[in-house]
Amino acid sequence: MNTPATPAIGTRKIHPADTTFRLSLHAAGAIVVIVLLSILTIMFIGGKLAFDTFGLGFIWGTEWNPVTQVYGALPAITGTLVTAILALCIAWPIGFGIAFFLTETCPEKLRTPLGVAIELLAAVPSIVYGMWGFFVLAPFMSEYVQPWLTNTFLWIPPIGDSFFWFTAPPIGVGMLTAALILAVMILPFIAATTRDVLLSTPQLLKDGAYAMGATRWEALTGVVIPAVRGSLFGAVFLGLGRALGETMAVVFVIGNAIRMPDSLMAPSATIASVVANNFPEAEPGTLDLAVLLALGFILFVVSFGVLAVARLLLRQERMS
Amino acid sequence: MLIQLARRLVTALAAAVLVATPAFPPQAWAQDITGAGATFPAPIYSSWGEDYAKAGGSRLNYQALGSGAGVTQIINRTVDFGASDSPVAPERLEKEQLLQFPAVIGAVVVIVNVPGVDGTKIRLTGDLLGEIYVGRVRLWNDPKITMLNPTLKLPSIPISPAYRADSSGTTSIFTKYLSSVSPLFKERTGAGNSVAWRTGLGAPGNAGVAAAVKNIKGGIGYVEFAYAAENGMQALQLANGFGKFVTPTVPGFLEAAEQADWDNARNMAATMLNMPGDNSWPIVSATYILVPRNPKDPARTRSVLKYVDWAFRNGAPTADRLHYIMLPTAVQDRVRAQWATLASAGKPLWPPT
Repeated sequence: MNTPATPAIGTRKIHPADTTFRLSLHAAGAIVVIVLLSILTIMFIGGKLAFDTFGLGFIWGTEWNPVTQVYGALPAITGTLVTAILALCIAWPIGFGIAFFLTETCPEKLRTPLGVAIELLAAVPSIVYGMWGFFVLAPFMSEYVQPWLTNTFLWIPPIGDSFFWFTAPPIGVGMLTAALILAVMILPFIAATTRDVLLSTPQLLKDGAYAMGATRWEALTGVVIPAVRGSLFGAVFLGLGRALGETMAVVFVIGNAIRMPDSLMAPSATIASVVANNFPEAEPGTLDLAVLLALGFILFVVSFGVLAVARLLLRQERMS
Repeated sequence: MLIQLARRLVTALAAAVLVATPAFPPQAWAQDITGAGATFPAPIYSSWGEDYAKAGGSRLNYQALGSGAGVTQIINRTVDFGASDSPVAPERLEKEQLLQFPAVIGAVVVIVNVPGVDGTKIRLTGDLLGEIYVGRVRLWNDPKITMLNPTLKLPSIPISPAYRADSSGTTSIFTKYLSSVSPLFKERTGAGNSVAWRTGLGAPGNAGVAAAVKNIKGGIGYVEFAYAAENGMQALQLANGFGKFVTPTVPGFLEAAEQADWDNARNMAATMLNMPGDNSWPIVSATYILVPRNPKDPARTRSVLKYVDWAFRNGAPTADRLHYIMLPTAVQDRVRAQWATLASAGKPLWPPT
């Protein structure tokens, strides 16, 4: 330390409180990393029995049979990815539209109330979404949406003889219904993040575009989007990360069928829903519990990958 | 399910607190009976517990954590008794020094939603139900179904089988029944607390299955009788061991319990599935209580036995109200005879002195 040699002020000493403060800050930072790493380690150790038993085949095994003790994670992984990506396809355009409306064309007076309303969507507990989906959306889907989809898209050729897109008995619950619920749930995240990204576009650029006679559409596609492209992808991946891990709402509407789906409307299962359904009765030390922890580990890795990509894209933007 | 998770956490926390405070626990704690396990009998155990405490007995603290957790906890001796919907295998009882006995009987009924048809009039055999649950029979007007129901106008709509998404004793009883009457179901699906369903959809809890059947035209599902009765749901008729079509009723459950082969049941785990009889309902099962054979504190085990004995003698009105079925008195006496084999330091635990 550069202790100033001015005895008039008194000898500058490092106060013990400073050291304590500095150390506690370090500790706070370290705790996050330690917790994260220990969760990952515990999940892996707990799930090791599953990886030892089935090897990497655990990841692409299609049979999930508690009776014969044969477990393959592919049905749950498929259900997780399909519902999350479908949800994203639905929520992204809407979320982007909301964000652009709020930042560009919305009357000044409406901006705050609308923004608050969107954020309130994020405050609805997921169990409420689940119950609403089960008791309101699912009957509506089975009565109106699913028959219409089946009749309208009969012409899409099936993939092999096992996947028929929109041809399925109209039971209301399934991957499509789960994706719709997830879309509503991630919409506020996508809309809010996209709005912030759009607001960060330099006003000078937009003014320039409008000054040159650009329409709103031209300004959007020609100036705003190219300027913030990476961040927009970041917003999407944040939504995806949330959709991947959502549990309670999905348990209600996905149909909880741990088998390979034969259509987009078929009942399926996600990693999170499988774990939630089976964890309470899984006994310690059994393969049943190990496969659930191994599933958790896989979900952790997938979500972590998604978030890492999101961070990367957001950071690129800031640096360029 | 979420509640179970939360309860598990609470129990874990409570256990941690107990461990952390080795000082003198309040007097009341020492006298309480603690139990943990199956969710199916939780309402009746708790209600009996309240009645028993009012009648001057010990208080009961029962945690509905699920059958698996109940067995684990009694093996670890962290509770006075464990409760399980499926009987524990004799070898395991031997190894863990446990005594198992049935406490109360439950039945599983099959509910349907077929537009334009009175569900209580529909008749199915167990074999056909098995074929429905593996996806072999897919339409309500399948010839195999119409043959059994010539007077009903069954529509040409798909059958949507609903099952429990969570691991459950109800699923165990139902799949054991289907495996015993349908070779196809046994081969393709098998029996267990959770199984690999070949068709249909899963919903959480009895309430979820009931709501799924109600929501879906052509739905069929299985729920506990207590749940169906309390919610006024219509259940179909099944063929029993005599091949007679029966409607689920309490006398029918009792008849099935009386028909069971208690003489040859190891550890009191007699099967009551697909019993013969004029009214025997085919899907009936007992739920079990487990107590240690080598109790650390014999007084606590004795208070468990006293509680169950009290319930056997005085619990019928509460059981009726909650739609559970009492063990037949002959079976209750067999249970008491089993208790008499328990001893601590050469002194029998039952009857209490």
